[in-house]
Amino acid sequence: MSKDFKLFVSCDKAAHTCDKTQYKEASFWEKIKLNIHLIYCKACRKYSANNAKLTKLTDKPEVDCLKNCEKEKLETNFKKELESHQ
Amino acid sequence: MSGHEINPNKWIDLYSDYLFNYTITRVRDRETAQDLVQETFFAGLKSMKNFKGEASERTWLISILKRKIIDHYRKTNSKKGKAEVRMNLNFDGENEGDWLEQRVADPFDKTAENNLENTELGLAIHNCISKLPSKQADVFKMKTLLGYDTETICNELGITASNLWVIIHRARTALASCMEKNWF
Repeated sequence: MSKDFKLFVSCDKAAHTCDKTQYKEASFWEKIKLNIHLIYCKACRKYSANNAKLTKLTDKPEVDCLKNCEKEKLETNFKKELESHQ
Repeated sequence: MSGHEINPNKWIDLYSDYLFNYTITRVRDRETAQDLVQETFFAGLKSMKNFKGEASERTWLISILKRKIIDHYRKTNSKKGKAEVRMNLNFDGENEGDWLEQRVADPFDKTAENNLENTELGLAIHNCISKLPSKQADVFKMKTLLGYDTETICNELGITASNLWVIIHRARTALASCMEKNWF
């Protein structure tokens, strides 16, 4: 924190922080810097709004996918079946 | 006939998540959903010759899956129906809920329309995810939908954390614009 004691960050950094906040991984100081950046940067404001929207959608329980191990199980079973067919 | 070809080697990669999501919103049980998806793939293999190429592979698989889900419910219902005596203790209509609070409409209760929307949402998102490059799609799924830690993903895929965030960023940007077009 003391290393880069800057209030104004670049868009790259802001976008990175914005991504992190979507997973609740940004620190408090990072969030402050992001919000200061959002005050004057229109592009990042838009990105951040879209990002939040996306998170809201994906957080719904209806959006689900297979875990990797489950997928592997499916794949091995399928391969067996495929071989017996050819 | 249009040029839709069938290639079962790629099925698992391309469609398993989509089909699984379709199933899970309808059967609400991971195990059953996996079994149904697997059965669908098997059935698809068996009747590959009947695939006329009129629809895309995915549509075709979904139509098989639909039958499978219906069959699943038919099976469970008939078994239950035989074994179980249904009891109705004043649970219908007017008599439901003795307390005044229970008779008031619940604003948080999900309506059918709501559920439908959410079901379609899952499919829309998977649709968009399937358009991403495979690496981005993998990382995004692990991070967002499965909720793995950053470290776990990095170890599993052998990438650095900053690498991961770049991938996530690209995936999110692409997804947001895709959803913007198709959903909002």
